[in-house]
Formats: sequence, structure tokens, C-alpha cells
Amino acid sequence: MLLIGAEDEEKWLAEGIAGVQHNAFYLHRALDSNNLRDALKYSAQMLSELRTSKLSPQKYYELYMRAFDELRILEMFFKDESKHGVSVVDLYELVQHAGNILPRLYLLCTVGSVYIKSKEAPAKELLQDLVEMCHGVQHPIRGLFLRSYLAQISRDKLLDIGSDYEGDADTVMDAVEFILENFTEMNKLWVRMQLEGPGRVREKREKERSALQELVGKNLHVLSQIEGVDLEIYKETVLPRVLEQVVNCKDDLSQYYLMDCIIQVFPDEYHLQTLEMLLAACPQVQPTVDIKTVLSRLMDRLSKYAASSADVLTEFLQVEAFTKLSNAIEKVIEVQVDMPAVGAITLYVSLLTFTLRVHPDRLDYVDQVLGACVKKLSSIPKLEDSRATKQVVALLSAPLEKYNDTVTALKISNYPRVMDHLDNGTNKVMAMVIIESIMKNNTCISTADKVEVLFELIKGLIKDLDSATDELDEEDFKDEQNSVAKLIHMLYNNEPEEMLKIICIVWKHTMAGGPKRLPFTVPSLVFSALRLVRQLQGQEGDIVGEEVPATPKKIFQLLSQMIEALSAVPSPELALRLYLQCAEAANGCDLEYVAYEFFTQVFVLYEEEIANSKAQVTAIHLIIGALQRMNVFSVENRDTLTHKTTGYSARLLKKPDQCRAVYACSHLFWVDGQDGIRDGERVLLCLKRALRIANAAQQMASIARDSSGPVTLFVEILNKYLYYFEKGNKQITAAAIQHLIELINTEMQGDSATSDAFLASTLRYIQFQKQRGGVMGAKFESIKL
Amino acid sequence: MVLVLAIGDLNIPHRAPDLPPKFKSMLVPGKIQHIICTGNLCIKEVHDYFKTLCPDLHITRGEYDEDSRYPENKTLTIGQFKLGICHGHQVIPWGDLDSLAMVQRQLDVDILVTGHTHQFKAYKHEGGVVINPGSATGAYSSFTYDVNPSFVLMDIDGLRVVVYVYELIDGEVKVDKIDFKKTATAPSAH
Repeated sequence: MLLIGAEDEEKWLAEGIAGVQHNAFYLHRALDSNNLRDALKYSAQMLSELRTSKLSPQKYYELYMRAFDELRILEMFFKDESKHGVSVVDLYELVQHAGNILPRLYLLCTVGSVYIKSKEAPAKELLQDLVEMCHGVQHPIRGLFLRSYLAQISRDKLLDIGSDYEGDADTVMDAVEFILENFTEMNKLWVRMQLEGPGRVREKREKERSALQELVGKNLHVLSQIEGVDLEIYKETVLPRVLEQVVNCKDDLSQYYLMDCIIQVFPDEYHLQTLEMLLAACPQVQPTVDIKTVLSRLMDRLSKYAASSADVLTEFLQVEAFTKLSNAIEKVIEVQVDMPAVGAITLYVSLLTFTLRVHPDRLDYVDQVLGACVKKLSSIPKLEDSRATKQVVALLSAPLEKYNDTVTALKISNYPRVMDHLDNGTNKVMAMVIIESIMKNNTCISTADKVEVLFELIKGLIKDLDSATDELDEEDFKDEQNSVAKLIHMLYNNEPEEMLKIICIVWKHTMAGGPKRLPFTVPSLVFSALRLVRQLQGQEGDIVGEEVPATPKKIFQLLSQMIEALSAVPSPELALRLYLQCAEAANGCDLEYVAYEFFTQVFVLYEEEIANSKAQVTAIHLIIGALQRMNVFSVENRDTLTHKTTGYSARLLKKPDQCRAVYACSHLFWVDGQDGIRDGERVLLCLKRALRIANAAQQMASIARDSSGPVTLFVEILNKYLYYFEKGNKQITAAAIQHLIELINTEMQGDSATSDAFLASTLRYIQFQKQRGGVMGAKFESIKL
Repeated sequence: MVLVLAIGDLNIPHRAPDLPPKFKSMLVPGKIQHIICTGNLCIKEVHDYFKTLCPDLHITRGEYDEDSRYPENKTLTIGQFKLGICHGHQVIPWGDLDSLAMVQRQLDVDILVTGHTHQFKAYKHEGGVVINPGSATGAYSSFTYDVNPSFVLMDIDGLRVVVYVYELIDGEVKVDKIDFKKTATAPSAH
């Protein structure tokens, strides 16, 4: 039937076309001279070219179209009785004398078309006659094209009949029966193509068949266009018959094409009402049919349909569309035992997409879909196929995208169970997706329970899932942990009790995560807790009734634990800063002992853990800065801490650092504000000590030729003198200031110009103060420049 | 007209997750010529974000910054103005304007941009102007209670600088402006 050599095929096609053209020439001549007998003779000969077995479907189609065009001309001739003088009834008889069956049938169909239009016999009978006679051609390609011809020329008559043009109710069914009959036979022929022919490569055969699929599908198109085919007829007759053929033909190409065709061609309203019947066919198809794509497309169409109006939506609920689809999918998965995991999961993704579009408010449906997926995943060993993994991620991401409020996704009980089946890497990816969703939507997770659920979901980030840690990419790890750190700020409840619960839960999880994670997550948690302390600070005294667990004291205890764990990592610098923050917060709550304890921890860390000299300098300034602001300490306690601080300041490694730290310490003895300490003497002591150190530094520099200009230090100290002078420290005299200026001028003679500007602006400042007049002016007057 | 963004103390991710959305939508690449950042970003992600807004980025080190290579202080010249940057945790007492004035003299700058207190300030004194853009995220501070997110945009034009402060109060962005003029100073002797 079908031949291999492409060149040969071209040759045979050319020969066939030549044959058609040759006979067409004589046909036209016969028509021009109204010679019916010759017209029939030459048209029969022409149609004989279609008896060939040598052409592939595409080539046969080309030949067929040539003949088709000629037959149109012939049909017009047949129609005009005046030209040939034979009645259509007789004509119908006459053409049956053609020798070979194929030409005979083509001619018969052509006459039949005219006959039906003339209405001299009932259309029903003629159509039945024709469709039955076509049985005579059993060759797949020839038969398909013949029946296609019949379908083509009868099309408009069928539509007329179907629109109750005749006024007779039965005629719609006649049209339907005719088409179904033709369709069934065409499908059989089409399927038979797969089995016939010598040693053909399967793919080529399928390709050839695919080229013809629309010939078969056209029948369904016509059915859908017949007005009289209402839901009733579709449900009772059309769909059952079509599905019967689909299932029974047991051919995967046909089944896939036809299932899809039914879905695309008939209205969604019909599908909704015949859902069960349609879905029942799905598990019955061959295992090799890609039924999941068919189902996806069906669900896609139904989703769009549901969105069209609210009434439609009620219909969905009425017919229990979701349940039916869900059951059908289960059945398909059950029946197709060889379906790989990715196939099943893709089906769930489609179903979930449908559910989110059609029934977004039904979290129970969403949960059901995820539950079915969990069941499937549990029945197979660990997921390794990356495509399947991608589908699971798609499944989990869909609810997040749909519900802008991530909290809703947290309510889906099967969600974490699906995540459990992911490999560690993908689990973390998914956790990041969840966090991003929360951040993007600015979602606030506000109860301890929800936080618990959330942390269960992101546990892949919070701790190592396996005992053997995966290969960690530094950058990725940092990104993950920073995401968790940011997430902590999204966990908030206005109610202090609940907020404390949240903090405790987060701490519990964070602790389990091990030392490498603490430096990222503890700071966020600490500040979250400090915010709570501040909130409670404001509420102090308002709390009545039973003992309330959320108190600043309790929170400080927790904070202490957290920072201690952090310092053990080891992360002493960060821990030191956080202890200082806590001390300041305790100060605000009037908790002297708590604040003192925090300062103790600070000094322990400073002494034992902070060895780097640069780190020490920063740490000391932070300590001085914080301590300077503390007003909760008793004189003794403050003294102890101040003493320690000044001691450490003086023992910094580099002289300039010592100098600066020591004069900074002067501020510990002078605090603005009504209760502030104002110890002018100790201030002066500090400044003098700083001067001594500056001197020593200058001497050392002159030996070692250090270019870091100790003269700057003197100018800095001068500025401090001026500071206290202004504030009214009696111990700072104008004379002392003058003396210092002279000292600096002396030093400046042999030194770099960098301090010039500093000294100049300082002197300018003094000048400015003098010119201000008033009290300040008078004071500064005593400084002689 | 030169636009300089002064911003800092975001404290991401320790004290805040991100800039407020309203600020983010205002800060668009290509509009700003320089960014001055007081410190405490704290992570590289924020640095990279600023870089996308403007490639000329100047940062000083805050005590929580992940990158320890940022300098303790920095000076630069923009038009007729000399600017200095210093986070401020090094300046005792914290937030004390007189002590900051000393730093300003030491750095020999007209405008000192500083942070740490999370409190917006624009203060003119004998030696120049001290500007604290506050915390762009409204982060927790032991120094200031009830921090509103804020940042500063300086428009430097000749001898004049207009300081626009943007503050997020109760969900709305409020803008205020302050004018400063500099007297042409004699060139300093070197």
C-alpha cells in the first residue's frame, strides 16, 4: 500500500495527477457538449487514479484534491437537468454502472448530493444508503478519503436537517445517526492503518496516521455544529456512542486524539453535565495514552468556564465536579501501573490548579489533593527524578501564589507531609519559597501555633535534616540563614503573652539548629524580645489579676540564655554588643541587678574572648557609650563598672587608642540631665591622664618616626577641655586651656599639616564663642589667644 | 543640582526585614548621584541594593556591619561642599552634638553625616552642619523610642544645600526641608 522510496512516490504522484488531468480534459469536453455518457465515462476513468495503493496519505491527499475539484464541476452539471435531460432519480441509477467500486461510489455520492438537495426522496434514506455502500471500500486510506468525501458533500445538508428546517423532530436523529455511522467506520479504517503494511517503522506509520486525524475528527466537529444536538441528545446518544468506539478501538493514537477532540469541540456546559461518563472512559484507555494531558486540558477548560459566571459555579458544586475529577484521577493512576511518579504528580498539579481556580475557598479540597499526593509519594521510594521533584515544587507553590496570605497555606494539613517527601536540597528550596512568599506579601504570622507549623515546614533551613550534613555552599547557607533572620521579624502578636510564646518557640527551634546558625538567627530574636520588653515597659502597672508570665524579668532571663549560647559558638563580639543592648533595656525597666549582670557578662567576654586589638577598641567605646547612659546603678555599682572601664581603656595596645578611650571615659563622670553625675574632678583626672598618654605617644613617635601625628590627640583633648569648660566644670580653667593651646603650638612647629585645619577650626570656634556675648562670651573671654 | 542620598542604620536582618515598601518605590536607580551611608546595613545584600541605586557609594562602618572593611570614617567633596561620614558609635556621648562638632572639625568638613541614634537630626553649628538621617527601616534603638523610618536627600547646588528629610509616619511619607548656605571660605593654608 504505502511505499518507501520518496522519489518513487513523487513519480507515482506525478503520474496520478497526469492521469487525472488527462481524463479531466475529456470530461470537460463532454460536459461542454452536454454528453452525459462521455462525462460518466471519463469521470470514472479519472476516479480510477484514486484506486492506487502506492501513495502515502499526504500524497494521496494531493491527488484526491485534484479529483475533488473536478467532481465539483461535475456536480454542477448533474444539477442542471436541462443540460443532460436525465432526472436525478435515473442519474442515481445510471452511475451505479461504473465498473470499479471506488469510482462508482464517488459518483454515487456526487449524485446523491444533488438528489438530497432536490428533495425528491427523503434525505434520511439516501444518506443511509450512501453510508452503507461505502462499506464496500475496506482499504484504509481509500476508504477514509471516500468517507471523508461523503462527509464533506453532505455537510450542509446535515446542518439544515439538524436545524429542524424540515420541521420533523426525528430528522435530527437521522443526521446524528448518519454521522455516527460514518465516524465509527472511519475510525475503524484509521486504526486499521496501524496494523497493515509491510515492515514499517512504527513512528513513520504514526506520523502518516497523524496526518489523517482531522478527517476522522471532522465528524465530531459537524456533530457539535448541528443545532438540534442538545444536551439530551449529546448525553443519550452522541457521547456514549463516541466513547464506545474510542474505548473499543484499543488504539492509542486514536484514543488520545479523539478524547482530546471531544473535549475541545463540544461545549463546556455539556462536559460538566456528562462528567462522569466522560471520565469513566479515562481509565479504560490504553496505558500508553497520555491521558493526563487530556485530563489537564479538560480541567483547564472547565476552570475557564467556571470563571465565566457565578451560576456556573453553583453547577460545579451541584454535579460534584471536584469529587468526580478526583476519583477519575485516582482510578487512572491505579489502572496505569507503569505510570512513573512524575505522571501521577502532574495529574495532581492539574487538579490542584483546577481546584484553586474553581473552588479557592475550599481548603478541604486543596488538602484532599495534597493528601492524595502524599499517599502516592508514600508508596514509592525516595523521589529522585528531577522532573517529578519539579512537579512537587509546583504543587506546593501553587497555593502560596494563589493565597497571598501565606497563613492560609499553613492551614493545609497535608502540606508539611508533602514536603517531607522532598530530598533535602529541594526541601530547602521550597522553604525559601515559603519565606519569600511571606516577605513579599508582608504577612504577619501571629499565633504560636501557626509559628510552630511554619517552623515545621522550614525545618530544612533551621537544622540539618540528616546526620550527615550536605555539601554546604557558603553563599547559599548565608542567604538561607539571613532569610530566616528576616522571617523572625514577621512573627508578631500585639498580645505580650502570645508574643512571648512565639519567641520561646522560635528559640526552641533555633537552639536545635546548632552553632553555625546562631550568629544569624539569635540577633533577630534578641531584638524581637527587646521590642517586647519595651512594650511591657510602657504597660507597667496596668497589669491586674493573676500572675502574668510575660514580664521583662522573664524575658531578660531568656535573653541571657540566648546570648550565652551565641557567645559559645564562639561569637564573642556579637554577644558583647547584644549584652550591652540588654543592659540598656534593663536600665529602662529599672532593673539594676539585671543590668549589672549583663555588664558583668560584657566584661567577662571582653577579658576572655576579645583579643584582637581593633575589636577591643570598638568594644571599649561601645561599653563606654552604654555605661555613660546608665542611670539605674547605685553609686558603688557604677563605680565598679567605671573603674573597670577606665582600666581597660588605659590598657589598650596602641597609645593613641588608649588616649582616646581614656578621654572618652571622662564622659562617664559627667552626664547631662537633672540626676546626672557631675564629677568635675574625675573628669579632669581623665583628661590629664589622656594628656600624659598623648605625651608618651609623642615621645615614642619622635623615636620611631610614626606619622600618625600625636599632635591631633592634643587637639582632640583641647576640644574636650572646651566641652567641659562650656558645660561649667569648675575644674577646667581658662588658664589650663591657654596652656594647652601653647603646648600644641609648640608641637606643631615640627609636624605635619593635617592638624593645622583641626587646630584652626578649634581656635575659630573659641573666637566664635567669644563673639557670642552673654554668659558664654564672658566665659570665653578669659581665654587669651 | 547634585542629589545625595544620606541613609543608614537599616540593621537588616538583625532588627528589620527590609526597607518600607513606600521608601523602596521612591528610591529609583539613576536619580541619585551619590549615596552616603552611615553604617549598620548590615549584610552584603543591602550594599548590593544600594549599588543598583547609584554606583558612587560611600559607607562607613557600623558596629553590626558584616563587612569589617568599611572605614571608621570617610571624607569626600561634592561640588563646593566637603562631607564627612562617621557612624557615631565611636563618638561619646552618643548623639551629643558638641562631641560630633569636634569630629566635624577634626575631619575638616562642612557637613558631617552620622547615625547610630536612629533619630533624624539636622543641626547647624559654628563649624557646619550635622545631619543624622535616622534609621531607614525604623529599627529598634536603645537610644530612641518610637523610631519612624527616615532618610535624607541633599540637593547640593553651588554654596547652598537643601536637606529633604523623608519620614514614614503612620503609614504616610512626610517630607520636610531645611536650607543651609555656606559662606565662601578662604582657602586653608597647607
